[in-house]
This record gives sequence, C-alpha cells and structure tokens, in this order.
Amino acid sequence: MTPAVVRLDRVSKRFRVGAFGRQELLAVRDVSFELRAGEVVSLIGESGSGKSTIGRMILRLTAASSGTITFDGTDVTGLRRGALKEYYRRAQGVFQDPFSTYNPVFKADRVLAMIRWSYFPDVGEQAWRQRVEDALAAVNLNPELVLDKYPHQLSGGQLQRLLIARALLLDIKLLVADEVISMLDASTRIDVLNLLADLKERGLAVLFITHDLSLGNYLADQTVILRRGSIVERGATTAVFGDPLHPYTRTLLASVPRLGSKWTDEPLDPGPCRYHEVHPEGGPPLAEVAEDHFVACFRLHEGRKCG
Amino acid sequence: MSLAVEDLRVYYRTLRGDVRALDGVTFSLADHEIMGLVGESGCGKTTLGKSLVRLDGRMRHVGGTVTLDGRELPIGEDARMNEFRFAEVSVVPQYAMSAMNPTRRIGRMVRELVGSRGIPFASVRSELDRRLALVGLDAEVLERYPIELSGGMKQRMVMVISTLLNPSLLVADEVTSALDVSTQRAVATALAGFRDRDLVRSMIVISHDLSLVYQIADTVTVMYAGRLAEKGPTEVIVERPRHPYTQLLISALPEVGVRYGGKRLAGIPGSPPSLRPPPPGCRFRARCPLAYGKCAEQPPFAEIEPGHAVACWRAS
Repeated sequence: MTPAVVRLDRVSKRFRVGAFGRQELLAVRDVSFELRAGEVVSLIGESGSGKSTIGRMILRLTAASSGTITFDGTDVTGLRRGALKEYYRRAQGVFQDPFSTYNPVFKADRVLAMIRWSYFPDVGEQAWRQRVEDALAAVNLNPELVLDKYPHQLSGGQLQRLLIARALLLDIKLLVADEVISMLDASTRIDVLNLLADLKERGLAVLFITHDLSLGNYLADQTVILRRGSIVERGATTAVFGDPLHPYTRTLLASVPRLGSKWTDEPLDPGPCRYHEVHPEGGPPLAEVAEDHFVACFRLHEGRKCG
Repeated sequence: MSLAVEDLRVYYRTLRGDVRALDGVTFSLADHEIMGLVGESGCGKTTLGKSLVRLDGRMRHVGGTVTLDGRELPIGEDARMNEFRFAEVSVVPQYAMSAMNPTRRIGRMVRELVGSRGIPFASVRSELDRRLALVGLDAEVLERYPIELSGGMKQRMVMVISTLLNPSLLVADEVTSALDVSTQRAVATALAGFRDRDLVRSMIVISHDLSLVYQIADTVTVMYAGRLAEKGPTEVIVERPRHPYTQLLISALPEVGVRYGGKRLAGIPGSPPSLRPPPPGCRFRARCPLAYGKCAEQPPFAEIEPGHAVACWRAS
C-alpha cells in the first residue's frame, strides 16, 4: 500500500467561546485518519461538524490544540516561517467562494503571478508562460479566455479552476478542496469534480470536504463521516455508502434528495438511539467491523444495526 | 386555475442597457399545484419569483400580465400590490436567515407585522400556535430572538409567518439551500405539508437542485436565459425530458451510487448567453449538441402533449 501523505493522529481543536473566552467548545475531537497519494478522501459532515476546521488545521491556517498532523513524515503543527513556506510548496487549499478569493481591483491571473513572486523569482518569462499554459491546460481552461481578465468577467467555475491551476503551479502533493463546488451550477460543477478526479490520477492526495453526500460518493476512495467533531464512521467509500452501519450515516443517506426515489417511499430511521441519548458529546471509539470499515456505535456488539 | 402568467417581461435597468431577465414567460398553475422552478444562476428564476411579489427599484415591468384567482395583479405598481402581498401572494425569501428583525422577539415581530395589516394579534394567536406545531416548533420560540434559533428553525419560522394569512400563492425561493441535508428534508416536507393541509392554494418552489424539487413538486419548470425551456409533470420531466438542456442537466447530476470510476458524468460545455441583450433565436443554441439551422429562429414554448410544453424545434 502506498505510504500516507498526510496522517492525522488524535487531532483535537478547542475554541474559546463566550464572553472573555471563558467557555470551551470542542470543535474537533480525537480525529485520526490518513490520506495516501493518488487517493481522494471525502470528509462529510453537517455545518458545525468540524470538517472545515480539520482542513484548516492540515493547511496550518488554524493551530491544532492537541494531536499531530504529519506530512511526509514530518509534523507540520510546529512549522514556522521558512519551513512553513516550503510546506505550502507541497500542500495547497481551494475554498468555497471563488468570488471572494480574488481581489476585484486586480486581474484574476494575478493569483498566478503571485506564486511566481513568492516561489519562483528565478524562472524566466518564457519558461513561466509555458508553466502557466500547462497548468491551465490541466484544468481545461483556455488561456485566451481567462488570462488578462478581471474576476467579474469570469464565471464561478472558471475562477475555481483558475485557483486549482494556481495550486498546480507549485509541485503539490496535497490539495485540500473545501466545498469547492457548492457555489457552482449543476452544469459546471461536474467538470470541477472530474478535474479533481484527474488530479488524483496524477498522484495527488485530495481531501474533498463537502456536506453533499452524492458528490462525495462520486469521487472519493475513502469516506470519513463527522458528527459534532468526532468521526462516527469511516472506510472505503463503497463500504460506507453500500453498508452504512452508524444510524447517523443512515439518516444522512436517507435525507439526500435523489431523482427516481421519493422521500415518502423511504421513511427515516426511527430515533432516538442510544448514541444520541447517552453521549450527546462524543461517543464510543471507532471499531473495525470489516476490512477498511470503522464505526463508532454501541450497538455493534449487540447485533448489527440499531434504530 | 389559480395563477396565470401571460408573456411576462421584466428587465433590469443598468447603465449599459436593459438586462432582459424575464423575456416572455407564459405558464399557469392549477389549484393545489406545487411547481418546481429550476435553472442555473442568472437564468431568471428568482426574478420570476420576485416579480409576482414585489419588483425592486432596478426591475421594470415591461409587459405581460399576471392573473391570480381571476384578478389581475398590478405587479408594476408597488403601492397597489400592498393589498395582495402577504394576504394573497406571499414569499419565503432566499435568505430567511436574515428575513427576521434581529432586534425584536419573534412573537412581538409577528404582532407588529399582522398589526400593520390591521389584524389583531389575538385573532391569529391560536392559529399561529397550531402552525408552529405543524412544522415542529415549540410555541416558546415566540419569546426568543431570531439569533437564538438554528438555521432550520429560522427557515421554518419564516414559513409559518409567510403563510399565516392563507395566501393563494406562496413563492418559496431556495428555502433549503443553506441547510444541512437532514434539516433540508424536514423543511421541504413541512413546505409540502402546507399545501396538503390547504393552507396555501398553490406554490412555486424555486431551487437550483432538481433532485430536491423532484421530492415535493407536482410539476417542474426549467428556465434558461430568461425564458422557459420546458414544463411538465415531475415524473415526465425527470424520466423523459424533451428539451436538450433538461436532458443534459439531468445527466450532469451525480447520484448516490454513481461513482467516477464506473460512470464519468459530463457537464454542459459553455456558459449561458448575456441577456444585455440576448442573442436572437434559441438561447441554448450555442451549447446545444442538437442545434441546426432552424434554431436561428426562436422556438415557441409549445405543448407537445397535455401538460408538457417544450421550447425546442427538435421536440415538436
């Protein structure tokens, strides 16, 4: 098996909330999983489940409160200045709102030029042009249509792909894609999804953060389901979607609107279950129920499914 | 027939000419019908919803009529529409999160709202409690400030307020887009419940998500670049769509169970045309794989079978 590019080991994040920060909110609780090269892991959860916080901690935009995040064997939680800049040469993120990522005063391709100023000041004009063209070709953008344009002249899908091209100018091994397509239209979002799949073929590790289960299912090799900061179920996508064992996963799946099957034909799992009652904050540890399929549920020992 | 829209045209005024956001839209809603309205951003679906309730300052009613229960709505005249708004036509706005007054307890806000229509709060109070129970909210929320409610609760609260006077037509604009999947199901089901209990006569549900609309709508209307592309019963639109745009839109939807490795889906190349002014002929022509010479002429929005209308030369 290919070695992990990123490994999270019991990572937690506490935020101080309330007046004067006297209360604590445990946004992420003891989360451990891995991302391997050439693999897409989708991190699925509802708002407030801590999925974006995990992405931000991997990118070092937020500091972890405890636990370690290792990238290629080195712990990134303590990186400073120069070492951090080198880390960003290999790990990049793309976020939800492409419109607010750009400075509307400047042309959109300035984000590409900024990479050159920071990381490749020695590369000549001709060689740089070539690199930009290669990166744009990789994200299926026509240079004539996107270069020398202002952000408002481009569509959301084009802006989002330009940001991915920006990441590709660096020699990245990891891309954190946080809700990258939730603001795009149905006719263009699938193109960005396919693009992420192509990046995976090139050997990148992609962390695909989403609240949309059908999108996560389309793309991912591994799926991690988060609830209130804890992993409730994770494993191979086919196992998690094909045989969901945690009641929360099943409720999520039953709630996804799909063409061809009506909600009325498919009643929701009856609740409440012990997981929700006994442990509103945090639950039992993850247990391996099958190869590459982990579930955190009390009922596992008492017969398979609860509810 | 509760609502009839005839050749409706609404343009946005800009410095560089009119944007023809709604350019000749004709459809009708039957009693008890929930119509889903889908399309890409910028296709005019929100403009259509807003035109039936309130035109904002930049919008101009250029032509066409809207008839609700046999009376023509004066949609171009803001003051005269007051008589209809809330009582006959009501809206659940796109951002219900910010639709409530943050400085008032919700109960007081509702009291002021119905008071402004000359209705004493006491006369609607028991009905209000009953409706809250219907969408799964405790009557105690009336004592709270909007900020104390979660997104799904706020959305349901706004739904209750919007339908309090049993409007004939309810326009629900992207009501579930900002919600999580499990909340989304509860809110969408509650919305359909209002129609099932006869609290609203008919409903337009605007969404970019065809699979959500499929869950609650009786008919689906697909819009493209300011015009209607196709309208028909939900099952027909999903199972045998006739407009190429509808077909491509449905084939671009990733479903639970479809995997990239097994079946690679494709998007629709290109992007919608500028509406300032729109190009002549069929507006989907530039992206359409079936386009041919005749498409230089604008296709009529014509019925090809009872209840199923399509604007495409290839379909007729």
